[in-house]
Amino acid sequence: MLEVGLSHYLTVAAILFTLGIFGIFLNRKNVIVILMSVELMLLAVNINLVAFSAHLNDLTGQIFTLFVLTVAAAEAAIGLAIVVIYFRNRGSIAVDDIHAMKG
Amino acid sequence: MGLADVFFYLFSALTVGSGLMVISARNPVHAVMFLILAFINAAGLFILLGAEFLAMLLVIVYVGAVAVLFLFVVMMLDIDFAELRAGYMKYFPLGALIGFVVLGELVALFGAWNVEKGHRAIPAVPIPDPAKLPNTEAIGRVLYTDYVFYFEAVGIILLTAMIGAIVLTWRQRDVAKRQNVAEQVARTPAMSVEVRKVETGKGI
Repeated sequence: MLEVGLSHYLTVAAILFTLGIFGIFLNRKNVIVILMSVELMLLAVNINLVAFSAHLNDLTGQIFTLFVLTVAAAEAAIGLAIVVIYFRNRGSIAVDDIHAMKG
Repeated sequence: MGLADVFFYLFSALTVGSGLMVISARNPVHAVMFLILAFINAAGLFILLGAEFLAMLLVIVYVGAVAVLFLFVVMMLDIDFAELRAGYMKYFPLGALIGFVVLGELVALFGAWNVEKGHRAIPAVPIPDPAKLPNTEAIGRVLYTDYVFYFEAVGIILLTAMIGAIVLTWRQRDVAKRQNVAEQVARTPAMSVEVRKVETGKGI
């Protein structure tokens, strides 16, 4: 049980992923913390990919992790840019008001 | 239990603990700091798995760029975070319910993951012996050959994100002085040079 194997890493990733989901529900109003929770979920996915890569002795998982990493960085940049202009226009980042933007 | 296992438990406990603090910290600056701690410990987990290049990339890209970006935005915007936490406990039961359902499913799925003894999957790209070929070099050899188009597509995604972020946040401000090329080109000597007759010993 204490000997670390694939399922240990997968459990850590599952807990992190759940924390991300939990964070989205808990901080319903704060977009910045929601974005951080999404980053946590992507990190959990990356841990999964690397764990399977090491377990199956296949480098492809690490290559894919690289792509997930770059997409996560792009997502954070765009998300925070949207937060900044939203704050500039409305003076708040409360998610409850954002539905006012729908056409 | 070997040394690697001890470090696994250390890194994973710190990752999960700081992940918990990210979503529950009162001060968002602290949340960003805990996000950084979570990323660094995840990098430690990656090193234990033999993915050194990705570990270093995680530290450079996430801690060096993404987390600092979060920190900038949190500190730059003048937000009343206490107000945003008003309905914090209202969503707790629903969030906890969904969280536990997802966690139960994931643990039931992965905890029961059991590879048959002696079974070897056929790897698409086998990991070479780290003593002969370092992890970074092995990734480079695959990334720039088999996955070169994906690599370029990712570059385009990053370029799009960069242009998008600049276009979204760019604004014209009247206080900023800007170059007017047409005006500069249209200048003639008659407009900019004045010839005066100066009397000797008097000055202008």
